[in-house]
Order: sequence, then C-alpha cells, then structure tokens
Amino acid sequence: MKEKAIVQGFSDNLGARNRKGTVWYVLFQASTVIGILALIALVLNIINGAFGYVAYEARVDPDTLAVDGVPLTDQSREQLVALLQSTLSSGAYTKLDNEKPFADRSREDVYQLIVERIIRPEVVQVWNLWPSLTRADQIRATLASEHPDAELDFISWLSKDFVTRPQTSEAFTAGVRTAIFGSLWTILFTILFAFPIGVGAAIYLEEYASDNRFNRIIQTNINNLAGVPSIIYGILGLAIFVRTLEPLTSGAVFGLVDPTTANGRTVLSAGLTLGLLVLPIIIINSQEAIRAVPRSLRNASFGVGATKWQTVWSHVLPNAMPGILTGTILAISRAIGETAPLVVVGASTAISFDPNSPFSKFTTLPIQIYQWTSRPQDEFRSLAAASILVLLVLLLTLNASAVLLRNRFSRRF
Amino acid sequence: MATNNNSNHKYVIETHDLDIFYGSFRAVTGVNMKVERHKITAIIGPSGCGKSTLLRAFNRMNELYAGTSIQGQVMFDGEDIYASQVDPVEVRYRIGMVFQKPNPFPKSIYENIAWTARIHGYRGNMNELVENSLRQAALWDEVKDKLHQSGLSLSGGQQQRLCIARAISIKPEVILMDEPASALDPIATLKIEELMQELKKNYTIVIVTHNMQQAARASDYTAMMMLADRQARSGTVIEFDETNRIFTIPKDKRTEDYVTGRFG
Repeated sequence: MKEKAIVQGFSDNLGARNRKGTVWYVLFQASTVIGILALIALVLNIINGAFGYVAYEARVDPDTLAVDGVPLTDQSREQLVALLQSTLSSGAYTKLDNEKPFADRSREDVYQLIVERIIRPEVVQVWNLWPSLTRADQIRATLASEHPDAELDFISWLSKDFVTRPQTSEAFTAGVRTAIFGSLWTILFTILFAFPIGVGAAIYLEEYASDNRFNRIIQTNINNLAGVPSIIYGILGLAIFVRTLEPLTSGAVFGLVDPTTANGRTVLSAGLTLGLLVLPIIIINSQEAIRAVPRSLRNASFGVGATKWQTVWSHVLPNAMPGILTGTILAISRAIGETAPLVVVGASTAISFDPNSPFSKFTTLPIQIYQWTSRPQDEFRSLAAASILVLLVLLLTLNASAVLLRNRFSRRF
Repeated sequence: MATNNNSNHKYVIETHDLDIFYGSFRAVTGVNMKVERHKITAIIGPSGCGKSTLLRAFNRMNELYAGTSIQGQVMFDGEDIYASQVDPVEVRYRIGMVFQKPNPFPKSIYENIAWTARIHGYRGNMNELVENSLRQAALWDEVKDKLHQSGLSLSGGQQQRLCIARAISIKPEVILMDEPASALDPIATLKIEELMQELKKNYTIVIVTHNMQQAARASDYTAMMMLADRQARSGTVIEFDETNRIFTIPKDKRTEDYVTGRFG
C-alpha cells in the first residue's frame, strides 16, 4: 500500500504503536509461562517426594518368627494372634483388644499388627524419585558398605493401601483413610451450612434489601469478612462452636456423645467453622451471579404479573445458578485446603478411627500433611508428598463433580 | 382492585395531571389523556421526552426502577391503580406489556406461555390455551412443530410475537407496547402491525413508537410528547387527538414541525 501523506499536525506513529503492542503481548505471554512453570515445578516436586528407594532394617527378622517351618506369611489368623499375645506385653495386648476385639479382626489386620509391633521395619534412609532413577547403582553401593543388613525397595508411597489404611505412627503402615473421611465429613457440613445460608443472604441483599445505610454497612462488612485471615475464623469457631455450643456440637443434647471425645472438638464444629469462613465468598459470588441476570428477563416476568418470589424462584435463581455454583466450587476448594482454623478448632493429630457421625473426633488431609511434614524423619516427608497427591485428587474430583452439576444447569436453554 | 370487568367505562385508562419522578427529577409533567377501549393509541415524540416512562406508569412497571414516584392519578376502568389497597401485581396481570427488545423466557416456546398461565392459577386445558394464544399472535403455523424448542431459538420477529402471545395468554384488558418493532426488520414490523389490528378487536393497545409512519398507519389516536420546557427537561403530552388529525391538521406548531420532519 502506498504510504498515506502526512497531514499537518499528525505524525507517522503506526510503527511505534505496533511495537508497544508487541512488548505488552510478550509480557502477558511471559506471565502465563511463569505461572505454568511454577505449577509444573510444584507437581514435579511432590511426585519426586512420593516415590523412590527406601532402605530399611527389620528390628526382628521375620524368618525367626516361622513356626514349624511355616513362614510368617503363610500362618493362619489364630497362629498370628497367638504370636502377638506371646510377644507383646499383656498391657499392650489388652489395649489392642479393647480398641477392637481380636475376634473381629481379619487376618490381614492381624498381620499388619505383627509388622507394626513385632517386626518393626526401621527406615534407614529414603531417596527421592530423581536420585532413585539416576543414581541407583551408587545408592546400592553406599548401602552395601554402610548398612549391609538393610533391604532396599523401590516404593510408591502413594498406593491403594496408603489410601485405605488408617493412620499409624509407623511410616510403613501409615495411611490416610481417616483423614480422607475426616475431610469429606467436614466438607459435607460446610456445604450444608454455607450454601443455603449464603445463597439466601445473597437473594435477600440483591432482591429485597433496600438501599439504605444499614444494608450498605452489612454489604461492606461481608466484603471485608471475605478477607479476614482464616486463623481468626478458627478462633471464632473455637469460641462459638467448640466452647459455647459444646452441648450441641458434642452431641450431648441429642444423647449421642462419642465416648472418646466428650467435648465440642468434632466434625460438626469443624464443618461449621469452615462454613463461616467460606460464607462471605459464597454470598459475594452469588450476589454477582444474581446481579448478572438481565433486567429484560425480570421485566418479562413482572410484565406478565408474576410476583417477586415467582420471578426470583423461576427466573432469577435458575439463571444465576451456574454463577452461584462456580462461586461455591471456589469456596469449597478453599475450605478443603484450610489447615490453620482446624488446628485451632482442635483437629486430632493422631487418630485411627474413621469419623462416623457429626460428633466424631476427626483429622483432615491438610492437618495430616502438616503433621507429617513437621516430623524430622525423611520417610514422613514422603508420606506427606503422597498425601498431597491424595488431597489434589480429592479436590479435583469434588471440583469436577461441581462443574458437571453446573453444566447441567447451564444447558437448560 | 375489583376483579369484575367494569367495561361500561368508554375510556379504559385515564390520567389526571400525571407527574412522574425519578427521585427528585420530574421526568413527565401534567399528562391528561384518555385511552379508548378497543382502539390503538400511539405515543410519539423525540428521544428522551418520557414516552416509555409514561407507558410504564400505566401498569406500575416504573416501580421496579428504584426511586420512581408519581403525582396525580392513573385510572383504570374508573379506579385509581396507585391507590394504597391496589396490588401492583394485579395491575400488571390486567394490563400486560410487550417490551422493546424481545424477551422470551429462556424456556421452551410452550413453557413461555404455560408458565405464565400457571402462575395465575390456570387449571384448564393447557395445550388448547397455548395453541389459541399462539394463533392469536399469528405464530402458531410457524412454531407448531417445535413447541418444545427454546423460545430464544426463534428469529427476532417471531420472538416478539411469542412475547405478544405470552401477554395475551392471560387475557389482559390492555396491552402496552414499548417500541415493539424497533429491533425488527420491515417485514417483521409489518407482521406486528397487522397483528395489532387483529388484537384490537379484543384488547386495548397503547404503543410507544419512534416510527411516525407506524403511528400514522397503525393507530387510531396519537399522543404527541415533547419536552415542556428546555430547562427542566421534563416531557409532557402537547397534543392528543385522532391520528389522522395529528398528521394532517395539527393544532400545535411543534407537532406540525415534528410530523412533517422539520424537527427532531
């Protein structure tokens, strides 16, 4: 194209304008790349910790536990129980029997106990995935010279057993089932509490509340509450749910007190505390979604003589629902990863029983991860890495189901 | 509001010294007009003179916008619709509305009408009602095979006729139309105008339009609105008469300038 003649007062700056655009384009692209790199580094780091070689020594050689030439692995349940009874102190045996009578325990379960209590494999050293893959020979050589009795195994800390076993104090037998159930129960009460109240409050504020000073103060406070640090919600939950409402949250009013707790540090308290934490987020997101419902749709409904409630229920809510659910997904993702408020509310750090009612003691995955990472032994850091993978999968599963639910709502015309 | 059809009044809607306010701003001043039964009354005038505001005052739709209020009276079949015991929902049930932008519900064509009938407690044969409403709106033949498709899948003109079908499904006495054809092409516009001629046998229609040919072609009476004084920016009806008189022998110089295209 022939160049346009320069008109008096204008200058030829097209090149400069394009260059400026290119600079910004590159910057934006770089930001995206940095974000993705950070994410990849995070995932690689976790995977690196969750797999690798482990060297361990049994404190009692399993071969010495063979009876009449039958190795330990082939012995019957009764033989194994007898072994436990003869080896453990009577106090330890009675305690195990009280937790769950031996008559009710499966062979698998009893075998686990023997590994845990008698054989007691002791971890000598743990290697991450990267050195395990690149320096296997060197690892073997070092081990042979320093710990000739130790056995070396390549272990995936994340395994089916890890997900299905309860928590124990031994790295080899520890699992996260208790924590997974704890997280699920807690999040269930969080949703049951925060979703209806949050959406209800949003409907009130958007559709009914008049624009006066009082309501503006409420609105400002809700916006500010969304930014309050989570530990403060933990202290609030401790004061209200654990202490003040203890008869309710411990189940005493319903006559359902869990004999092992007898106080308000229960799944219910934790769920309600996290519910308080995410309530402002759900309210704000629901308000945005309700506000985004076009005026023309409200007009259509009012124009045919619908009442306010008919309009809200039949048109505003269905159209706002995808947005409301998106906000709720964000809120729940936040709640499921929260640690600090639950520490304050009193999550248990070491329990091996699944929660089975709103009034159970509990632990959650983030609490479990936090506890394991603070241990000095390397093997617990590997366990923490595996738990993080479990937490991520749990989070993605919950989010995916919420997204599916949302898409179902969006498809209605 | 009494539910008996008080149709011995010749004028369905009458306003007495009607002022309409947005907060403290008086958008419309001193309107006195009478809407005759089974006629089409057009409201014309330049942009921003309060035509739509006046129209929405006829069925209390203005109240959905925060801060609006009125002074004076709007009488419907001889009763003040702004009286304290009157429920605005009842007013909008009896005085229906069709909007500038077609706004079918994001539901099926069938449900657009069925939902509207259902909320008013309709217990009769729903299929019949849907068919009759669509026939009256001259839409039945075009949609009878896709009643369960989304109302939003129709063309703009069809959507607007669906909105009309929806409005008449609950048998209002008056239909207010706020520039119903302004978003449509000339063919769809013509269809709406023909439809209005059919509908006026059973309903009273008040229509706001920017299109003076439309007012001249389609209406029986015309109200000419204009800003009463340029400082206050407040609109009023400067002339109200039979349409052919407004367009041929207007009394007001401003009306003459406007309808002949010398102004606005």
